[in-house]
Amino acid sequence: MQMTLVRTIATRAEGRRRAHYLAPQVAGLLMLAGLLCLLEIAVRYDIIPRTVVARPSDAIAGLVSLENRVDLVSGFFITFGETAAAMLLELVVAVPFGLFLFSRRQFGLAYSGWLAGLFAAPIFLLYPLFLVIFGRNVLTLIIMGFLPGVLPLILQVEQGFLGVPRTLINVGRSFGVTRWQSFRKIMIPAAAPAIFTGFRLALIYTLINIVSVEYLIDIGGLGRIVADRYARFDISGTYTTIIAVTAVSVLFNWIIGQIERRVRPI
Amino acid sequence: MTFTIDPSRSLARSILLIRVVTIAGLFCLWEALRLSGFFYEGVLPSTLAVASAIGRELADRSFYQDLGITMLETLVGFCFGSLIGIAAAVGLGVNSYARKMIEPYIIAIGGTPKIIFLPILFLIFGLGIESKMAKAAMSAFFPVVLSCTSGFVQIPPVLLRVGRSFDLTRWQMIRKIYLPAMTNPLLTGLRLGMAMAIIGVLAAEVAYANAGLGFRLMRDADQFRIPSVYAIIILIFAISSAINFAISKLQDRLNRHDKRRGVDSMEIGAAKLLGAD
Repeated sequence: MQMTLVRTIATRAEGRRRAHYLAPQVAGLLMLAGLLCLLEIAVRYDIIPRTVVARPSDAIAGLVSLENRVDLVSGFFITFGETAAAMLLELVVAVPFGLFLFSRRQFGLAYSGWLAGLFAAPIFLLYPLFLVIFGRNVLTLIIMGFLPGVLPLILQVEQGFLGVPRTLINVGRSFGVTRWQSFRKIMIPAAAPAIFTGFRLALIYTLINIVSVEYLIDIGGLGRIVADRYARFDISGTYTTIIAVTAVSVLFNWIIGQIERRVRPI
Repeated sequence: MTFTIDPSRSLARSILLIRVVTIAGLFCLWEALRLSGFFYEGVLPSTLAVASAIGRELADRSFYQDLGITMLETLVGFCFGSLIGIAAAVGLGVNSYARKMIEPYIIAIGGTPKIIFLPILFLIFGLGIESKMAKAAMSAFFPVVLSCTSGFVQIPPVLLRVGRSFDLTRWQMIRKIYLPAMTNPLLTGLRLGMAMAIIGVLAAEVAYANAGLGFRLMRDADQFRIPSVYAIIILIFAISSAINFAISKLQDRLNRHDKRRGVDSMEIGAAKLLGAD
């Protein structure tokens, strides 16, 4: 009886050990590899038509072709440049405006709802108008990146300053700090986490909208490359560029996360 | 006899005044820019022309046909995407190993511009309304799954311990503890999912369609009917804002006793970006 119990406990412990033998990240990678193998078999044996889905091996092999690499690197730098320009514009507009909405509460209450509503709206639909106004060029892409990015940044700057604990300000007052000192030493550090969140949101929305408009109007960087391959009906090339753009986008998000982790003061 | 001024009423009045003055200011700015000659002729039509174009659109039967198609694509896609998202979130929430295994991929793809997947959807589902429904499902899936999974993780451990102390089965835990505790993240996810589904459908219609509001917008833009373009954009913004507002009100109503809701939405939205489209 005792032996059976010991064996049961040992078997359970073994099972538990086996369950945690693989790190979840490794198991995730293996799962992804398994799915790709299944897809490869399904396409190779025409279970899924090749005119619809490219063979994963072809799509991945396309990543190492020189032509694709050159195109993707130049596309990345074009999109990156447009995003950086739009972000700079957003910071110049959003920080003072968010601060204004915080310091003049009536304006904050009057505009915050509008800004939040506008943020949920499909802003990218404005691109035909900007195409007519600014032409089919990079300026249109920058403006289209700026508009959806500036809204969350304004709101987060306002929310960041509104969320500064009253106690901190009172402690500052008790030390007899000036208004400027209070702003610089208390308000900005306390509001920084929310502002960084806004910055991250703005960056992601800017990038997404720029890539979307690039895809739709077939100019610029990464979005244009996908549209270009699809227009040529190059199935394998289309999948290759989608994988590459997704990888670049994931890398971009990861870099932003790392920068945020290092720079974020709290 | 003494008069007292209610501060909340005076604040409401000043907010209203600011809004009215802002709208009037924007009208004046628009007209001034139009008359300045700075832009090409016809690019900035008069506000009267835009207002009459809105009236024309609203009186046109074909507008409602296009609206109906866009709404059908959005709703069908949203239902599929959010149901799959909820089911996936329940699976990931219950099993932390699976969450650690799969969630990084969901977050990674959630943050990419999903418009680049349109060629795949067009190849698989064709150029008809099915591909737009699939795009709506894809757009709705990420906010719902990420919001619900975060909601699952943030359930107070005391609730889980109470459930376990009552020896609840896994299904009872899901029904009696997990689902009620995550009403708010679920609604937040659904609200964002709906907004993303609308955006996703419109993006697909703008890229390629022969019906729907996105198609209507591009048709008028190609024919340089600028007042109609403004009118359609204003109407689309109004419709999507109204849907968003209605779901927000429903969320407030269902969560009127939940004081954590503001913090939750903020944290979830900020941390995971909820699968921006």
